[in-house]
Amino acid sequence: MFARQAAQRLLEIRQIFRQSPQASRSFSTALNYHIDTPDNNPNIRWEFNEANKEKAKEILSHYPSNYKQSAVIPLLDLAQQQHGGWLTVSAMNEVARIIEVAPIRVYEVATFYSMFNRSKVGKYHLLVCGTTPCMIRGSREIEEALLKHLGVKRNEVTKDGLFSVGEMECMGCCVNAPMITVADYSNGSEGYTYNYYEDVTPKRVVEIVEMLRKGEKPTPGTQNPNRIKAGPEGGNKTLLSEPPAPRCRDLEAC
Amino acid sequence: MNKVFNRRTLVVAIEVPILLLNSDRRDRKREMGLGIFTSMLLRRTIIQRSTKLLSPQSPIFNNSFVRPIVSTPELKNPEAAQADPVPDSPPLPPRSPVGGARVHFPNPEDAIEVFVDGYPVKIPKGFTVLQACEVAGVDIPRFCYHSRLSIAGNCRMCLVEVEKSPKPVASCAMPALPGMKIKTDTPMAKKAREGVMEFLLMNHPLDCPICDQGGECDLQDQSMAFGSDRGRFTEMKRSVVDKNLGPLVKTVMTRCIQCTRCVRFATEVAGVQDLGMLGRGSGEEIGTYVEKLMTSELSGNVIDICPVGALTSKPFAFKARNWELKGTESIDVMDAVGSNIRIDSRGPEVMRILPRLNEDINEEWISDKTRFCYDGLKRQRLNDPMIRGNDGRFKAVSWRDALAVVAEVMNQINPEEIVGIAGQLSDAESMMALKDLLNRMGSNNVWCEGNGMQTQADLRSGYLMNSSISGLEKADVFLLVGCQPRVEAAMVNARIRKAVRSNLAKVGYIGPPTDFNYEHQHLGTGPQTLLQIAEGRHPFCSAITNAKKPAIIVSAGLFEREDKDAIFSTVEAIAKNGNVIRPDWNGLNVLLLNAAQAAALDLGLIPESNKAIESAKFLYLMGADDVNLDKLQGDAFVVYQGHHGDNSVYRANVILPAAAFSEKEGTYENTEGFTQQTLPAVPTVGDARDDWKILRALSEVAGVKLPYDSLMDIRSRIRIVAPNLLSIDEREPATFSALIKPEFPHSMSSTPFKAAIENFYMTNSITRASKIMAQCSAQLAKK
Repeated sequence: MFARQAAQRLLEIRQIFRQSPQASRSFSTALNYHIDTPDNNPNIRWEFNEANKEKAKEILSHYPSNYKQSAVIPLLDLAQQQHGGWLTVSAMNEVARIIEVAPIRVYEVATFYSMFNRSKVGKYHLLVCGTTPCMIRGSREIEEALLKHLGVKRNEVTKDGLFSVGEMECMGCCVNAPMITVADYSNGSEGYTYNYYEDVTPKRVVEIVEMLRKGEKPTPGTQNPNRIKAGPEGGNKTLLSEPPAPRCRDLEAC
Repeated sequence: MNKVFNRRTLVVAIEVPILLLNSDRRDRKREMGLGIFTSMLLRRTIIQRSTKLLSPQSPIFNNSFVRPIVSTPELKNPEAAQADPVPDSPPLPPRSPVGGARVHFPNPEDAIEVFVDGYPVKIPKGFTVLQACEVAGVDIPRFCYHSRLSIAGNCRMCLVEVEKSPKPVASCAMPALPGMKIKTDTPMAKKAREGVMEFLLMNHPLDCPICDQGGECDLQDQSMAFGSDRGRFTEMKRSVVDKNLGPLVKTVMTRCIQCTRCVRFATEVAGVQDLGMLGRGSGEEIGTYVEKLMTSELSGNVIDICPVGALTSKPFAFKARNWELKGTESIDVMDAVGSNIRIDSRGPEVMRILPRLNEDINEEWISDKTRFCYDGLKRQRLNDPMIRGNDGRFKAVSWRDALAVVAEVMNQINPEEIVGIAGQLSDAESMMALKDLLNRMGSNNVWCEGNGMQTQADLRSGYLMNSSISGLEKADVFLLVGCQPRVEAAMVNARIRKAVRSNLAKVGYIGPPTDFNYEHQHLGTGPQTLLQIAEGRHPFCSAITNAKKPAIIVSAGLFEREDKDAIFSTVEAIAKNGNVIRPDWNGLNVLLLNAAQAAALDLGLIPESNKAIESAKFLYLMGADDVNLDKLQGDAFVVYQGHHGDNSVYRANVILPAAAFSEKEGTYENTEGFTQQTLPAVPTVGDARDDWKILRALSEVAGVKLPYDSLMDIRSRIRIVAPNLLSIDEREPATFSALIKPEFPHSMSSTPFKAAIENFYMTNSITRASKIMAQCSAQLAKK
């Protein structure tokens, strides 16, 4: 009897192992520790360019001089935009130097937030929303379509360095689900855009990718021609009349 | 079983399950290797249960005895358990605080009263709920809370119920409010703890049989005391990559429960911001992000504060189980701080060294040198008396022969040419015996290494840390003269760092460039800067004069300088100008380097002439390895009495093996004048003997018999010379301040101050023999 039970348990354990590796979701583009590579090691000098130095100064001016560390997130964001969408160790060290904290305090922040990429991403970083409403409306298919079209795995950069696909938590467009975001790092921090493409279909995302490849800028927002922003398909269905004026008691009477 | 219950008498029916329970628990206990704490708790629950079995509601009477799935079945339905009428208990007996915790009321009006399990306690304002419970004698389980670190509140193990609070409260982070009714033993609190424990164990590997923390693991103990007896988690556990933190700390990061104690320790106490919490959610891990070794002289303490087996001692890994070890409460002799330690030994071997709590000296930390020097006790030991033959090689001889040779040579030499030097690890008793022996031979050229040749031992305030180690916490300005506390006395450095963090104390430093783990001003490198401050020409002067409690710390490394007296009178001038010595505060301190120094000066071990070594014909080295013997005459006869074959053995003619600090009972006085005793933890090696016994035996062979035959006798001799060395575990402050000292007209040389310690990890014969310390100095020492 014991043998049978043990065999059954073994089967269960095997089942667990058989789960696909994709089932464990990775929110971040890199490991939680750093491995030196030729393009990412502490010996590479990194600093803000002249325009961004001004911007960094402006950001720091928002905070009292004894709370410089509050600027860590905006500065990391600026550094990421300047560095083509990802943060090298030396970029984080530079931010730590500017805000006068130990580098590890900056690493802690950069590893915590999934929007900070610590490994290389494409010039157009495509983020597919994977949260429940988008998932129900087919975000898995959209991601599959993107990955298949680009011939990459998740968080992998295409050979030409143009595209990479990642997953993101809810971006607040559930009414227009499913949606993807395109972070455009092709023009540095000046031309940086972060656009939402909503109501996408597997066909439409491929079109968007091709447009981006050609250098065109597809219109952000809903991709369903029958909708205006977050409104219902085919125009408004309710609240069609002029809204009544707010109720007010008769001031004359009293 | 059923049949048994039906047929047998009531007594049998009750006894059987109790036995079952007991044996079951006992087996598990043996497997898991529980701490005393848990077994006590378990015993309580067993008693409670057995009484429960006697009641008519007991499941035995209704049905066959089945162990329920939840260890505490009443928790399944907390409402029902709560509804049970609780009989009014008689007035609660007063309870004693956990671990003898002392409550200090900074302001008596700020006392507030809270009720812990119905028992009223008075606590000062600002205490947390957890501290209030501790005062009331209730030990709250915790992982992330540590009394010496900042509050994180992230483990949630300390949840308690507070009346009128809808949810359980994390007691470590909740300030106690007046009249708060705290309940630590209610079903809600118990259920909350059980739930937290289940979550903690979810990702904790079942490593206990191969984990070095086993037996002294907080998670293990508390899961037995507060956890459920089974979990519901059937998925895969997560795994985390191990980090390389250097040769001292071994990491098994999968075991980590993210309490962040190590991160807070490194940031707050050790002052090296290397560790951090990386990632988020279930991917969270402790690490350094970039590969980095932990280069702190206090890094070993993270092993103690880690509540699980994530950070363990690398040298101790897989060597022994903690319950196999015999603990001996002793004193550390690696530096002049005299940290309180526990030497854990198995048979004749020292397995590890742990800190002991002493609020006045080392709090609960010790330096890495103290903790990991122990493997030096097993290597390079001298275990037989030896005489150097004509061929230059040592030959082992009997004690009788060795002593006869030494006595014969000693008697042939002029008394003025006999010199004795005590080593830096010598205890007070043996130094007394050495001085008495040489005095009886007619010589008074006896001193302790490190004290220099122009020693002033007239005033104790001239060589002690007068503001005491714990007193340094209150200081708000420090002037470090040639003193690098980080390497000279890591525990003193921790106090200074504490003052810098809490009082925002300013630190001025004069000496060679060195690294500090707190903010400091490097004022200069030599006596010129000192002179500028003394004459009021330096901007730092105003800091000293304006300070409420200024502290000047002079390194004992300056004792070796020719212009030592001039430097000290300059420092005294600074003290006078800055009003550093007041009736309620004496801020003029000397930081000694070695464990033997203070006692040696108290006992009056002072050289008679400056050229003692040059003129010596007979040199008696009692463990002295750091004296410069270059100027010694070639035909001088050198006796080395000590425990390690170190520097001086190369020059010795006769070797007399002695006991190390872990093998003898001896009195040591630390840098602040605190007298403490070591106790023998392990037997001596080979034919070695205690230092004072060797000297006593030698005196008899040499015909100048010393009048003591036991440690007691020798201590009554010390009573005449330095009675303070007999008041054990007491600090004897210096009576007169240094300001009554006569002025010295010498002028200071312009030579900059030198670092007193070149390599923190190798300062004495034990550490130089240690493999671990060698690894440390290769990998961690600053280049």
